[in-house]
Amino acid sequence: MNKSILLVLSLALAIACGKKEASAEDNYQPGGGEATTEAADPASYDPKRGEGKFDTVELGATLDQALAKKGEEVAGVKCASCHKTTDEKLVGPGWKGVTERRKPEWIMNFITNPDPMIDKDPEVQAQLEICLVRMPNQGISDDEARGILEYMRKNDGVK
Amino acid sequence: MKNKFVQAVLVIALGSALVTSCKPKSSGDAVSGDAAEKAYVAPGKYDEFYNFVSGGFSGQLSVYGLPSGRLFRVIPVFSVDPEKGWGYSEETKPMLNTSHGFVPWDDLHHTEMSQTNGEVDGRWVFGNANNTPRIARIDLKTFKTAEIIELPNSGGNHSSPFITENTEYVVAGTRFSVPADYSNGDVPINTYKENYKGHISFVSVDKKSGEMDLAFQIVTPGVNFDLSHAGKGKSHGWFFFSCYNTEQANTLLEVNASQKDKDFIMAVNWKKAEEYIKAGKGKKQKVKYAHNTWEESTHSAKSTMKDEVLVLDASELKDICYMIPCPKSPHGCDVDPTGEFIVGSGKLAALIPVFSFDKLQAAIKGKKFEGDYGGIPVVKYEAALHGEVQKPGLGPLHTEFDGKGNAYTTFFVSSEVVKWDIKTLKVLDRVPTYYSVGHLCIPGGDSKKPFGKYLIAYNKITKDRYLPTGPELAQSAQIFDISGDKMKLILDFPTIGEPHYAQAAPADLIRNNGQLKFYKLEDNKHPYAAKGEKEAKVVREGNKVHVYMTSIRSHFAPDNIEGVFLGDEVYFHVTNLEQDWDVPHGFAVKGANNGELLIMPGETTTLKWIPDRVGTFPFYCTDFCSALHQEMQGYIRVSPKGSNVPLQFSLGTNVPATK
Repeated sequence: MNKSILLVLSLALAIACGKKEASAEDNYQPGGGEATTEAADPASYDPKRGEGKFDTVELGATLDQALAKKGEEVAGVKCASCHKTTDEKLVGPGWKGVTERRKPEWIMNFITNPDPMIDKDPEVQAQLEICLVRMPNQGISDDEARGILEYMRKNDGVK
Repeated sequence: MKNKFVQAVLVIALGSALVTSCKPKSSGDAVSGDAAEKAYVAPGKYDEFYNFVSGGFSGQLSVYGLPSGRLFRVIPVFSVDPEKGWGYSEETKPMLNTSHGFVPWDDLHHTEMSQTNGEVDGRWVFGNANNTPRIARIDLKTFKTAEIIELPNSGGNHSSPFITENTEYVVAGTRFSVPADYSNGDVPINTYKENYKGHISFVSVDKKSGEMDLAFQIVTPGVNFDLSHAGKGKSHGWFFFSCYNTEQANTLLEVNASQKDKDFIMAVNWKKAEEYIKAGKGKKQKVKYAHNTWEESTHSAKSTMKDEVLVLDASELKDICYMIPCPKSPHGCDVDPTGEFIVGSGKLAALIPVFSFDKLQAAIKGKKFEGDYGGIPVVKYEAALHGEVQKPGLGPLHTEFDGKGNAYTTFFVSSEVVKWDIKTLKVLDRVPTYYSVGHLCIPGGDSKKPFGKYLIAYNKITKDRYLPTGPELAQSAQIFDISGDKMKLILDFPTIGEPHYAQAAPADLIRNNGQLKFYKLEDNKHPYAAKGEKEAKVVREGNKVHVYMTSIRSHFAPDNIEGVFLGDEVYFHVTNLEQDWDVPHGFAVKGANNGELLIMPGETTTLKWIPDRVGTFPFYCTDFCSALHQEMQGYIRVSPKGSNVPLQFSLGTNVPATK
């Protein structure tokens, strides 16, 4: 009862003065703008490709050994804390068979752009319910990501 | 019955609300009706300005947003901060080194942002240590203290860290004159006049790196130097220092340093001083002072002890320094945006003298002197005076400018801010402060190009402004909207420590300056970094045990460590493997006579731990990092000295048991 009285009263006050609704934006122009919040649009999400800058990733018929080696080095620093090369889950799922389960562009996009994909990809969301730790953005460059992909292929038996 | 009564009241209330709600508030109110809107920054929106506020006796620098008054960060500078490991981690300890050894506390009085062409450039903020004289440079790319330089021959570095218009120099002036470090200090205190000297320091700042170097000092008669500001525009090349205790008292200064009608503002021609240094007129003096620098790539500080300084004698070199008489123990010494007007604020004066740079130059040229003070020419008061603001208030302290020809001066005794016209010296407006204002800040307010809009008063007395918290209260700051003719109070906000001076700059200038979000692992050159869990290990070197540890959401590697003995010194070198913004990890171990570590992504930081007993000790991540943060923990086993437990470490496997 009391709350509704207050509500009515304050509505009356607002109406009475008309312009009370003016927001803070009218009174100052923050040069800084606002904190970034990307609008999620699940409708446009392609679960096969993922979301990020890679549309198609060309894979060689055979393994690029040098590239795989570079990938292994990066993975040692930035990935191995949470992913084993077997199918055993550590913090995140094991890498065994990942190149058979996922398209190369999906892997590249997920490595370089994890946050939006964690928010939108149904399978990643299901995975999150199991792991409970969001895969961090490890600041991996495009070239490094390609190396990691090649290392994953090696791990999956590509010669 | 009750309901009917309530309804009746409602009808009456509603009716009267409709009638009265549009009426202006009574003119007696200090706060106008739209104050809340002016200070309101909606959730998720950013403030318009960064406000870098000195932490006073906290020794730190706090960062607020304007106009919201929200506190964003406290940057540790001169005082240890166990929360951030500042002064506790092995890497940060050298930052607080001085010629007196490790000093865990100081008193940061003033902040000054770097400038280019007299305009705030958003690169660095400088701060002064008032107790053990030092200057610090805080890098605004990392919001971290990057450098601290100690000042020899000084006692109480108060008139600092003010800068020249291209940040060529940051200055310091000794508040307490003392016997010089290069002379015998073991003299009777009552020989002040004979043995005590003032030294002002010119510390050069490297244009690119910002690195500081004590270029030279100027020795003066013993007085108390209080505040200072550089000339700008036409007066670039000059520096102005207020000084009091020209009576040269060494006891009961409250009375004995308030005898004379006028003390001085000392004008220093630093370009001339540079010429003398080039001509070899500086005397090399033996002193001892620390220079501490932070190295970004190794995430470590180093401290270097220096042993020499070049000193120019103001009484011998007659055309470097000139004394301008200024009424009654001047405090603030502020130069207007054009560089023409120098405002002196006599703490005990009932007027504000405004000096003219052009007139000062003419007076020097025409030798309009009234004698000398310890060998330094004293310019005739009237010859340098532009005019006096009459009856402005009581106890003027500091002045800032809005770039529209107006000056704003704080008055401690009469507890108000007074706006006046620099040219005509007419008082235009005055507002009360709650209570007893000290410093004030207008964004860019001491530069060539003030941004105006807001004025923040940093009050010395809080009393009843907030909910009481026992005898000790927060300090109170107040924001005024100065965009119109009249100053309008829009917000009170509490501050940490005791703010003295503060500076503010547009948010975009700072946040778009290439600010760092995390440290790249590939650039980490820390000698004990573990880049990836494969590099995690434990190494014994005599009785020192080095743990190369990694942290990532949400585990440490290794997290089981055995084979440590009583009498060992254990060094946890923790590398945060995360490479994303805002994912620090913390580290703490039971019983450590030490702080915690707070390790930013990509950084390596070291905690020294000397176990004091046999047993098993848990360690854990102190900064909530993920849903499994509470699982981020480990154990270290400490065995008696000489036991046969082998050194071993692991993660995720139970190693075979040992006795």
